[in-house]
Amino acid sequence: MQSTLLLELALNGLQFGLMLFLLAAGLTLVFGIMDFINLAHGSLYMMGAYFAATLSLYTGSFWLGLVLAVAATMVAGAILEILVFRRLYRRNHMSQVLATFALILIFNETASLVWGEQPLRLSTPELLSQPIELWPGFSYSSFRLFIIVAGLAIAALLYFIVARTRIGMLVRAGASNREMATAMGTNISLIFTLLFAFGAGLCAVAGALLGSILSVQVGMGENILILAFVVIVVGGIGSIRGALIGSLLVGFVDTISRTLLPTLFRALMPPDVASNLGPALASILIYVLMAGVLFLKPEGLFPARN
Amino acid sequence: MISTLHHRLPVAGTTTFLLFLVAFPWLAALFGQEFYIEFGSRLLIIALVASSLNLILGFGGLVSLGHAAYFGAGAYVVGILMHYGVTSAWIAWPAAVATGAILALIFGAISLRTRGVYFIMITLAFAQMTYYIFVSMRTYGGDDGLPLPQKSQLGIDLNNEITFYYVVLALGAVCMLAMLRLINSRFGRVLQAAKENETRMGAIGFSVYRYRLVCFVIAGAIAALGGALFANLNMMASPSQLNWVQSGTLMVMVIVGGIGHFFGGLIGAFLLLILEEILSGYTTHWALPVGFVLLAIVLFLPNGVASLFRPKTSQGDA
Repeated sequence: MQSTLLLELALNGLQFGLMLFLLAAGLTLVFGIMDFINLAHGSLYMMGAYFAATLSLYTGSFWLGLVLAVAATMVAGAILEILVFRRLYRRNHMSQVLATFALILIFNETASLVWGEQPLRLSTPELLSQPIELWPGFSYSSFRLFIIVAGLAIAALLYFIVARTRIGMLVRAGASNREMATAMGTNISLIFTLLFAFGAGLCAVAGALLGSILSVQVGMGENILILAFVVIVVGGIGSIRGALIGSLLVGFVDTISRTLLPTLFRALMPPDVASNLGPALASILIYVLMAGVLFLKPEGLFPARN
Repeated sequence: MISTLHHRLPVAGTTTFLLFLVAFPWLAALFGQEFYIEFGSRLLIIALVASSLNLILGFGGLVSLGHAAYFGAGAYVVGILMHYGVTSAWIAWPAAVATGAILALIFGAISLRTRGVYFIMITLAFAQMTYYIFVSMRTYGGDDGLPLPQKSQLGIDLNNEITFYYVVLALGAVCMLAMLRLINSRFGRVLQAAKENETRMGAIGFSVYRYRLVCFVIAGAIAALGGALFANLNMMASPSQLNWVQSGTLMVMVIVGGIGHFFGGLIGAFLLLILEEILSGYTTHWALPVGFVLLAIVLFLPNGVASLFRPKTSQGDA
């Protein structure tokens, strides 16, 4: 009984961590290469989820909706980069915060104008609606299992692209030394636009998949954005490997502590203290983790620049 | 030559503005718009909090994305003390200020060891911890916030909107004056010089870390005072005051107003809140035009709105 609970928690943590990774991967590359703070990254996640909800309803197929939503969000990301972000790379962090904060307002209001204040439901595909029995006595949501598999596949693909292909090499070159990469004749401007579009696509995948488990609503991007920032700071800004380790760490710690800490506290303390302290401690644990990592290793666990 | 580190108030403009603020409740009554007196109090409180952020952000060069922690903590101190029957403002408000200062001391002592983006993220992390702690404590209202059964007892009747407005105005003016004196003092010079060149200041023997920490604590204390006033205005301490979006909004106000301009925080707060007030009269989707205005400001007025008021001959230091 206890071990199945633990296993389910571990799988949920893995699933959440992998989705965080999809957000963090785009964010860390943009941050690492362009030194650009993009608060609007969460908005692309939200747009991806809304696109998926609408398009899957319209086409009648979850999968077609997902693919179209990813494409649409990629286009949105590229347009955003060309129209706004490109002008901000050379500006200081505070201008970037202001501009992308403005974009959050714009995206949130546009979403509530177009789709309304009520959360949308993005239903999981028929194929994956039943729990699957992994082995006798332990069944697990097949959709969550699919998210895990998809997340792992995308992480592997990303690793392959970044570590083994020419474009990945250019991205890495840009991350470690932007000026030198430009001097060697790389069209950094084009790479940036592609990178943004790619990051937006990853956001859309995460938005569509997590949106099916949670709900699709205005403001869904803000809280997860902060988590994604925690991930990339813990992992080391600009490092894909750091983002993966950081995501899994945050995913596990967050999921497991939310369930186990309150139980543990109830066993150890009077109920009124436990009911206040348990959830409080569970929700701040990842921030304690981040502050601790920054205190001991100010550059994160896997610094991209040496 | 006048140093760019010395900040002088435009005497005529400041006096006119202060006179306008003093006359505001009377003017509002004259035009039968008493509703706006409460809005005026809100403006002044937020302007004070944004100015306290401007102190560390604009003059200390410390990009803190966690200022809501002190603002919210100040509000909750008033609320929690009242929860246990302590209604006196003479106890609750100093307690709020002290709490803000202590929080800022703890958070600052750790955060100031980091630089750049990591500083932004670690201040955010501390603010988020504060937020989740208050949201999780069901005894103090949890998600719903903590309503105040009454306003703090100051000896004069704060339930009167006009009295409350003048209390806010007086406290705000005193704090602003104190911040101006601080910026133009030796302490302020060291702080601004450290923003320009930290290594050099360290080399000539200043402990930059200590100066920054003291500044951080002062800003936290003022923000907490703002929080205590805000709780009295709204009759509640709300978790939304602690949320990172609040920190972001305060930062946006300072940037819009003009970082490192003495009135940057105030101008930004007035501009944003008045714009919000006007637009929300027309549409519930007021945030959409506000977003476009902010985007336009960042693209076309890189040094903030205050740069429009700066004399053409003097150089901006932002």
